[in-house]
Amino acid sequence: MHPSQWMKIDNIGLYCKPGDFYIDPMSPVQTALVTHGHADHAREGHKHVFASHETLAIMRTRYGEEMADEQQGVAMQTPLTFNDVVVTFYPAGHILGSTQILIEYAGYSVVVSGDYKRRHDPTCPPFEVIPCDVFITEATFALPVFRHPPIGDEIAKLLHSLAVFPSRCHLVGAYALGKCQRVILALREAGYDAPIYLHGAQIKLCQLYQQFDIALGELIPVSEVVDKQTLAGEIVIAPPSALADRWSRSLPNVRTVMVSGWMQIRARAKQRNAELPLIISDHCDWPELLQTIEEVNPTEVWVTHGREDALIYQARKMGYRARALSMVGYDEDEQGESFHGSV
Amino acid sequence: MEAFSELLEQLYFTSGNNAKAALIKDYLASTPDPDRGWAVAAIAGALKFDFFKRNTVKKLITERVDGELFAMSYDYVGEVSETVAHLWPDYEPSVKLPALSEIIDDFMGVSRNKVSGTLANYLSIMTPAQRWALLKLGTRGLRIGVSARSIKQILADYGNKDISDIETLWHGVKPPYTNLLLWLEDKGPKPDISDVLTFHPVMLSHPIEEKHIDDFCPHLWQIENKYDGIRVQLACNTQKAESQKALFSRTGDDISHAFPDLLEAISGNLVLDGELLVMHKESIDTFNALQQRLNKKKPSNALMKTFPAGMIVYDALVIEGIDLTSLPLAERRKKLQDYLTQTEKGINPRLHLSTTLFAASADELRALHQKVCQNRAVEGLMLKRLDSYYVPGRPKGKWYKWKRDAFTVDAVMMYAQRGHGKRSSFYSDYTFGAWQDDTLLPIGKAYSGFTDDELKKLDNWVRRNAIGRFGPVREVKKELVLEVAFDAVHTSSRHKSGVALRFPRIHRIRWDKPASEADTLETIVSLIDT
Ligand SMILES: [Zn+2]
Ligand SMILES: [Zn+2]
Repeated sequence: MHPSQWMKIDNIGLYCKPGDFYIDPMSPVQTALVTHGHADHAREGHKHVFASHETLAIMRTRYGEEMADEQQGVAMQTPLTFNDVVVTFYPAGHILGSTQILIEYAGYSVVVSGDYKRRHDPTCPPFEVIPCDVFITEATFALPVFRHPPIGDEIAKLLHSLAVFPSRCHLVGAYALGKCQRVILALREAGYDAPIYLHGAQIKLCQLYQQFDIALGELIPVSEVVDKQTLAGEIVIAPPSALADRWSRSLPNVRTVMVSGWMQIRARAKQRNAELPLIISDHCDWPELLQTIEEVNPTEVWVTHGREDALIYQARKMGYRARALSMVGYDEDEQGESFHGSV
Repeated sequence: MEAFSELLEQLYFTSGNNAKAALIKDYLASTPDPDRGWAVAAIAGALKFDFFKRNTVKKLITERVDGELFAMSYDYVGEVSETVAHLWPDYEPSVKLPALSEIIDDFMGVSRNKVSGTLANYLSIMTPAQRWALLKLGTRGLRIGVSARSIKQILADYGNKDISDIETLWHGVKPPYTNLLLWLEDKGPKPDISDVLTFHPVMLSHPIEEKHIDDFCPHLWQIENKYDGIRVQLACNTQKAESQKALFSRTGDDISHAFPDLLEAISGNLVLDGELLVMHKESIDTFNALQQRLNKKKPSNALMKTFPAGMIVYDALVIEGIDLTSLPLAERRKKLQDYLTQTEKGINPRLHLSTTLFAASADELRALHQKVCQNRAVEGLMLKRLDSYYVPGRPKGKWYKWKRDAFTVDAVMMYAQRGHGKRSSFYSDYTFGAWQDDTLLPIGKAYSGFTDDELKKLDNWVRRNAIGRFGPVREVKKELVLEVAFDAVHTSSRHKSGVALRFPRIHRIRWDKPASEADTLETIVSLIDT
């Protein structure tokens, strides 16, 4: 039986009827399978949650120990059954603990890839190509204008700026889960071993990464710095929302750095008042989306989460059946950007 | 080229005029001639012609990228140059790009049929940021928040010179400004521009306030009609071996090529300030008629015959080679009047002395304003102090404009489109229509007049009420009434409604008003210029 007859979208999320579970539901359900910890995928209050151990830990960090009645950590590549449905989790390469979910039923297979990327990321195992009939893909950066530069080049810009403006506090706006840690690791990889200062919102998740043996080097909460003037010439990482608020006014001679895949479009970077936009993304760029579709080589592509029309158009041009999977909470347009997780 | 691109990149993302000025001065100090002069010209908008046409760029990209994907990308990015910069498929990095001046020389020297190939070659060795810089430079579309005026100020600061020196020199020097820059650095003499016809920065007026009208004192003021044309400066010196004539716009753009009929008849050594209009002998045609001329870089004889250019002269900066700017208006006016009515060179069917009007009191002045505004060729009144010297810029308390009240209509939003540049993520350009029986006909487009907050609300409304898409244009439910202000209505064959509004802007958003109560086309037609 074709998956379009047993997978459906309702106002909660993607539902698998024979297995009676939701994937990344937006409101509390009986059984939820969660691909990863970003808030547009992982919500609290479910009866029963299945997710990677890291994702469960992230959810507990964000929502507290009681985030779901029952929490079941899932091992990668180990099949589980829900009635007649076989479910297997695979790495997605997006952030710590991120997974794709393979669903097999009635002779068909569906891969819900969640958010994913193909670049090297030291915080998570790489995306795995899983052959399937229906591949459900995100489309966050699904326009041919999006071609993310190598992360090393972007980090070099930040280090260059520190050299040119040694007395300015470099305030880096980066989403607290995934992006922040990736930036820290890339700085370390580039040889930057000075302490990195954190806004309060970044601390818990960085500590969690450290518990999973990801070495982030010396991190200091900004709140523990008595004389904020000493932050001149240092790197401070804060959530993008904190860049413009009162909190940042205590920092000396701020230079605003924004880290996001959207920074590639100058008008957007300008809108965010970025003086130094860095293009670093935890999603695929356009060539990687196409490469992934080719490698997975499904018979059908369902597109969600972003610029659906362009990717559907291109997938069809490449000879695949393709259609939009309009999902609740997955806003198709910019309104979703701020709400959407690490981009 | 790398340094130029880097400069633009930094200017683009830097806010604050001082920081921008510092970046430019730093660039001037560290970049050799002639590159830096070309950069100044590009930023100041002083390049005289496109190195390549927008169409060439579009053609190159459509040969390389799927049309649908280009359209979707453009819709998202909001700007052609940047879209192309990102979409360009080939990239073979070169160790060092040619200098900016080499690239410019290349485009200036290349034959027409090779422009496109030259451009393609350059795009293929550049990063997206460098491509963007080249495309913006070549199509003269740089907008990085540095005005022509502020670049002059920056040059003055850079060389520790007076801004008025720079302004006077500006139209006498040409890119790449090598002499100017050397003079600024005290490495060369002041550029000699005595042989060049230059633009004299014009004197501008302030909007009048109620208190000025109350205090009106008839013997202090010269009153004139405010004409609905464009402000021009006519400069001419036919007494030299090589005679020179030029017509400048109020910002100093040389628009001579579009008005040979006006210039042809002029002789003498003079600089006149006035209004350019289409005039049939004494009678003034509409702004719409003038528009026909403004749109044509090289007008045909037929067009010039149908829409002959004329000038209503209201001031003189130079007559018979003598500078009058330090005389009071009353004396300048006297000399101008004598010249235009009594001298052989001055009497000219294309030049008309601006009529002065009289009001004996504030009340009479108000009545006069009301009266002149009934004439649709007039936009209101000008009040100028009789003792005012001709001072460039906008000196306080000297000249006032008293415009006609704007018209307003209630129209219904029909389509919306994303804006450009900073606004590219908002639906900020709105097409609105008026009723004819029970259908709406589009009457115009507006993209200003609202606050940032209102823009967000409008954008949100468009997203929630979009019902169709035509390329980048979203059709919306015909439910939102916009109160649109505008200065005039003209007949137009370009619009199905047959009308075109002048300077339409959103006056108010009528969230409260049902669309069925918006105005009819008939109402708007009744306001048409006659
Ligand atoms: Zn995510
Ligand atoms: Zn997501």
